Amino acid sequence: MAYTIVAENCTSCAACEAECPNVAISAKDFAFVINPKKCTECIGYFDDPQCVAVCPIDATCIIDTVYPRYQARA
Amino acid sequence: MQGVAQQPVVQLTVLQPSSETMQKIAGHKGCATQGGSGKASCGSGAGQGDLAPEIWEKIKNHPCYSEEAHHHYARMHVAVAPACNIQCNYCNRKYDCANESRPGVVSEKLTPEQAAKKVLAVASTIPQMTVLGIAGPGDPLANPAKTFKTFELIAKTAPDIKLCLSTNGLMLPDRVDTIKNFNVDHVTITINMTDPEIGAKIYPWVYYKHKRYTGVEGAKILSERQLQGLEMLTERGILCKVNSVMIPGVNDKHLVEVNRAVKSRGAFLHNIMPLISAPEHGTVFGLTGQRGPSAQELKALQDGCEGEMNMMRHCRQCRADAVGLLGEDRSAEFTTDKIMDREVDYDLETRKAYQEKVEEERQAKVAAKQAELETLAGERSDIKVLVAVATKGSGRINEHFGHAKEFQVYELSTAGAKFVGHRRVDLYCQGGYGEEDSLDTVIRAINDCAAVLVAKIGGCPKETLRKAGIEPVDKYALEFIEQSAIAYFREYVEKVKTGEIQHVEPGDAAIRQGALVAA
Ligand code: SF4
Ligand code: SF4
Repeated sequence: MAYTIVAENCTSCAACEAECPNVAISAKDFAFVINPKKCTECIGYFDDPQCVAVCPIDATCIIDTVYPRYQARA
Repeated sequence: MQGVAQQPVVQLTVLQPSSETMQKIAGHKGCATQGGSGKASCGSGAGQGDLAPEIWEKIKNHPCYSEEAHHHYARMHVAVAPACNIQCNYCNRKYDCANESRPGVVSEKLTPEQAAKKVLAVASTIPQMTVLGIAGPGDPLANPAKTFKTFELIAKTAPDIKLCLSTNGLMLPDRVDTIKNFNVDHVTITINMTDPEIGAKIYPWVYYKHKRYTGVEGAKILSERQLQGLEMLTERGILCKVNSVMIPGVNDKHLVEVNRAVKSRGAFLHNIMPLISAPEHGTVFGLTGQRGPSAQELKALQDGCEGEMNMMRHCRQCRADAVGLLGEDRSAEFTTDKIMDREVDYDLETRKAYQEKVEEERQAKVAAKQAELETLAGERSDIKVLVAVATKGSGRINEHFGHAKEFQVYELSTAGAKFVGHRRVDLYCQGGYGEEDSLDTVIRAINDCAAVLVAKIGGCPKETLRKAGIEPVDKYALEFIEQSAIAYFREYVEKVKTGEIQHVEPGDAAIRQGALVAA
């Protein structure tokens, strides 16, 4: 139920931080991180996960398989 | 992360004028500057052109665009805008934007508060600093809060500093009114195409209204927004310059159309820059082996567009890393830790006094050039030669050949001396290369020049330069550049007439690939 950021790819450009509808993204040391408790995979807001759409580096914002996919509340 | 240098945040660029604007300004002020062409005109012909009078008023004494001002004033950049909303094939987002800034280099990111403090500290120490730019490392308008906060803080304390920004234009239409409210002096838009088919080869995607658009679709959105933004700026009387990156085989021919499109929408200056591309930059173009243009190809395109509008040839693309005037770097004085606990006393009066002195010096330089030009009056010759000049700034020939990180190139003809661009040689002179090699690379960079005007030069390089067909000239040491260049040209033409030397068509020169990094 969440996306995660591959730290070694992240350039800390902060583009994703501004786009996240859930304010789930913040700066940490040398990379940005997603708070899995806040991330809704953008479901309920946008068709595409915004962090993925805006991130300049491919395969940096990815699905975190540790969590089950997010289910929109009915 | 090899080869990545942490760069000083304070980036100060000495501004260079557009050659055309230079000539127009000179023509406007002095009337006889076109002298020697046999039809000296007073503001007509190459004068104001079709610039609106109010734009003309704004630029004729603008430190960025006026011929006599450019050696005396400097611009500074602060890296407050890290995010970007488009992807360009000439850019590797792990580093700074390759063609707005320096490929392979990472700027230290600043908060708006840090940036404002830094600007004030630099401006109170270096009175030449009169223009503040936000250009990246991402897109300023993809970071509107940070960009405008920085402007707000600076405008409060230092109202005399002109503000400018460079953008890819995608978000421009939404921000034009804010830009107007902050009294932003001028905006630069990077426009590489107006044809989305060509755009698709340059831009893999754009992020717009919460969606990523790829290929032709993305390029179409970008192009429409850029042109709309340009029109809106023009309507509001905000100066707008257009930058284009020349990518041989992709948009080189198309840029003539771009030139027409931006001119008709009111851009007052068009700056065509060569693509900087090398595999080690890790950009798409670097990896696919897309080459940049040669100096001659670039000049031919600039010349081809010149009839259509003002062209700007000054851009050295990356001379944004030093603090101080050309050739001096004071960035070590302005690191973030040193700045943050320093009390800054912003003294408007001292700055004004300094700038008045600069005005006097500018007038002296114009007068000197004027006098020299008159000696060319009546001279008829089709000869055109390029000369390279070693300078640290102030409009004088004041740099040692061996210390020059770049050369300014002037085209000389009976119409006078026209600035046509920079040739950077910095990287070649640093570690890894022997003396011999570095001299070779300098020669390659100025191979199309008949002479190099320097303050001083050693015996050995003198010899080698002569063999390569480039005359080393040190007799104008510390003199004004244009005055000396015209004097050199007069002698050159004399010598050709008496048969002492033969005028030969010069070869092509290489454009340096890579970032200008402070030594
Ligand atoms: S997927 Fe959407 S909600 Fe989750 S972190 Fe990315 S932008 Fe935020
Ligand atoms: S957009 Fe990508 S590179 Fe930029 S901060 Fe977010 S995860 Fe990092």
